[in-house]
Amino acid sequence: MTEPLHRQLGLRDDEHDRIVATLGREPNRAELAMYSVMWSEHCSYKSSKIHLKTLPTEGEAVLVGPGQDAGAIDAGDGDAIVFKIESHSHPSAIEPYQGAATGVGGIVRDIVSMGARPVALLDPLMFGPLTDARNRWLFEGVVAGIGGYGNCIGVPTIGGEIRFAETHASNPCVNVMCVGFAKADALVTSQSLVPHAGSVMVLYGAATGRDGIGGVSVLASATLEEGAEASRPSVQIGDPFAEKLLIEASLELIDAGLLEGLQDLGGAGITCALSESAVRAGLGADVNLDAVPLRAADMEPFEILTSESQERMLAIVHPSNLDAVLAVCARWGLQTAVVATLVDGGTLTIRHRGDVAAEVPARSLVDDGPEYDRPRAAPARTDPLDPALTPFDGDLTEALRTVLASPDIASKHWVWRQYDRLVQGNTVAGPGSDAAVIRMPGTLKGAVVSSDGKGRFGRLDPYLGAVHAVAEAGRNVAVTGARPVAITNCLNFGNPERPEVMWQFVESIRGIRDACEALGTPVTGGNVSFYNESGDSAIDPTPVIGMLGLLPDHRLRVPSAFPSPGLAVYLLGETAAELGGSEFAETVLGELGAMPPALDLTRERALFDLLVAAAAETVLASAHDCGDGGLAVTLAECAIGQGHGFAVSLPTDLPSHVALFSESASRAVVSVSPVDEDRFRELAAAHHVPAARIGETGGPRALIDGAIDVPVTVLTEIWEHAIPQLLGEAM
Amino acid sequence: MTRVPRIGVVTFPGSLDDADARRAIDAMGGQAVALWHADHDLRDVDAVVLPGGFSYGDYLRAGAIAARAPIMSEVRDFAGRGAPVLGICNGFQVLCEAGLLAGALVRNASLRFVCADVWLRVETAQTCVTRDLTPGELVQIPVKHGEGRWVATPEQLDRVEGEGLVVFRYSGRDGVLSEAANPNGATNHIAGVRNDRGNVVGLMPHPEHAVDPDVGPTGGQPLLASLLETALAGVRA
Repeated sequence: MTEPLHRQLGLRDDEHDRIVATLGREPNRAELAMYSVMWSEHCSYKSSKIHLKTLPTEGEAVLVGPGQDAGAIDAGDGDAIVFKIESHSHPSAIEPYQGAATGVGGIVRDIVSMGARPVALLDPLMFGPLTDARNRWLFEGVVAGIGGYGNCIGVPTIGGEIRFAETHASNPCVNVMCVGFAKADALVTSQSLVPHAGSVMVLYGAATGRDGIGGVSVLASATLEEGAEASRPSVQIGDPFAEKLLIEASLELIDAGLLEGLQDLGGAGITCALSESAVRAGLGADVNLDAVPLRAADMEPFEILTSESQERMLAIVHPSNLDAVLAVCARWGLQTAVVATLVDGGTLTIRHRGDVAAEVPARSLVDDGPEYDRPRAAPARTDPLDPALTPFDGDLTEALRTVLASPDIASKHWVWRQYDRLVQGNTVAGPGSDAAVIRMPGTLKGAVVSSDGKGRFGRLDPYLGAVHAVAEAGRNVAVTGARPVAITNCLNFGNPERPEVMWQFVESIRGIRDACEALGTPVTGGNVSFYNESGDSAIDPTPVIGMLGLLPDHRLRVPSAFPSPGLAVYLLGETAAELGGSEFAETVLGELGAMPPALDLTRERALFDLLVAAAAETVLASAHDCGDGGLAVTLAECAIGQGHGFAVSLPTDLPSHVALFSESASRAVVSVSPVDEDRFRELAAAHHVPAARIGETGGPRALIDGAIDVPVTVLTEIWEHAIPQLLGEAM
Repeated sequence: MTRVPRIGVVTFPGSLDDADARRAIDAMGGQAVALWHADHDLRDVDAVVLPGGFSYGDYLRAGAIAARAPIMSEVRDFAGRGAPVLGICNGFQVLCEAGLLAGALVRNASLRFVCADVWLRVETAQTCVTRDLTPGELVQIPVKHGEGRWVATPEQLDRVEGEGLVVFRYSGRDGVLSEAANPNGATNHIAGVRNDRGNVVGLMPHPEHAVDPDVGPTGGQPLLASLLETALAGVRA
């Protein structure tokens, strides 16, 4: 016997009953399809909603919080910065190029639908080890897809991060973050524009085809099992050229004041755009499916309603502006169709070839979906050895070489060389920096962005993993001299129906909440990506944090590399014996340990404040987050950047390998010109941040007293060549 | 008061660096004028820039559809009268597809998109973008393209090399040519070529992204300064 239709579409029996109760009858096929996509995990956040509500979302700078297409913060002088992160992991696991490409397209439309010009992309990515051929195929395909799409739409790709772990072999994670600029008073939100009954809905952009049908319900809201390649038709196909036209036409429509509303078509396609637009207006809609331009003539209503064909937008237009809207779209060569009229009442009536194909309350699709408080259970803790207690008698220079060659640490130049980071002409700091800096056009202000996830720490302790992710993202922004302002998050997890995963999720939310409250960086939105598991292997709980900060003057940006010889080198913060979850523990000891480093959020905030204050007084010659790989890797990276070596002594009485590779939090390495040292020490003391003068920059060698002595050029070569070598490419 | 040269920048559907080119021209003291692919009007400009991007998605072949856009008939006449025309990246591809410059641009030898700051060695000062430069001089300018490998038939190559039509070659920062310094595998390291008169130039590197020291190198300044001077000197019929 075949499964009932609702189960094939991913709906549970009780969810089906709920639909019957709402409609007072059995839903037909089209209606069932609409509910299945709108009530999917991906669209409805049914497993996460009650937990997401606990996150801090308000703050002085927040203009638009969660619930809109993207969050927005106030950048002063009437300027707004819009930003959002999303995942496209499942499609990328099936078809890496198109999966990643359409992930870029989707997040860009989210930003456009807020009325903002997309100005930057960042891509946090996670793969299985590159020693495996299939992982290399996924990695190269995803990178090519991001470049192939992003390079073609005129939005620079300026950052992101790439991490490798065995758990991502069957579940690569592809997160995409987009930043946009707008005038605050021109933001398109459900509050700023009020559609009227009688206004029409104009679908513009690409035609609707059979690609991506059920993407959110079939692909994104279930685990990928054997034979997942069969769901390839659920992966959308991208057309970046159409996207570029869509961006320009949409921004022109908004600038001209021709719209009453604007919605992108992404997950759940037309169904989502129609129902959300109607609900936001407090209205219903009369929809004529026959008007939708199709790629295949014989598409059935459920296909048209749930297709996730890319590069489409839905505008709400007062009839008096319709001709002008159609003219703008025609000028950009975009196909248009008036597909619906807003009506009083709140019912979505879908007409197709003379029949009513579906008739449902719009609100029931958007707001009345199920919400679950799923059971959660902490897994039994094994208690492995604390790696900091293991004696280490290996060669420390050799250990540094090993850690620098680890793909997590090694240069990602091979990747970002394939991305246009320059277009739009405002990239002050691009990929390879602690945080990227984009100048706001016509001003000196800089938007500063970093994205960070700490999967390995999350594996050991999901709460601390989340706290570290927020803190590190903030630290990466603060070392550039910018004040961290707000975050967006992409929550990458396994199957929420498993209690251990749900426990990881709730612990991570608690970590984000505590960190964001303490660091003063509210959550403006984000995305939940569940079901990143296959068989019994789930990914590490990995909240990826997209942190936004502001520089009042981009010329205050502090570089991460030592800019010259003859500078004093300071280590800020305190180093403890914390090798748990560290790169050294993983790559050199082969033993991850029990717990990630502790994190004191008060100290973290003090460090941010010091870095921002010192940058404002221009007393920092360089500043670099001391994170992955510990002090040894941080110093090496500071030297590699401009080729200036250093000679330092280890400041603590810890064993050398612990002092070098411990990943204690809330630390940074800065260099200071001798004339600024007094003032810098005063600032550090005033902020209660320990600042140890550990040595000086200069010379061709990386010299750490009694532990490491190696030419910087050797380190540079190891660091730069590691990834090309794994890919079988000599440099 | 000296006249400010008017420099037209054509926007095709899919052009990406058009706004960047206009901003760079304004920053260098010119007056950028936006031109639209579907028009037959060059709006009385003194020079034309075909900017970078992916015109018409670069579907078919890079630059192939744009080369047949309505405005290109005006650009062709304009170039025929000896007026300055600069094609950058996709614009270079358009000029080759339009038959205004020799050769063609194909996929990078690496088969990958490349975005990097490169050094260029000036090969001739007899063009609208090098009159302020001296042969042998080096400038640093970024490239960003997937199809920038210049190739030509043996006859074209003989002519281009024999008649001094090479404008720039990719080189090391010491001026030495090497495979390592050639970002796309271009024949004879060629980064840009000119027509016989030197009024039409195409280059893969982006001088408009090398004007503002806050966001990158400044090697594009002398190129755009040359273009503005050439435009002012006026060779228009």
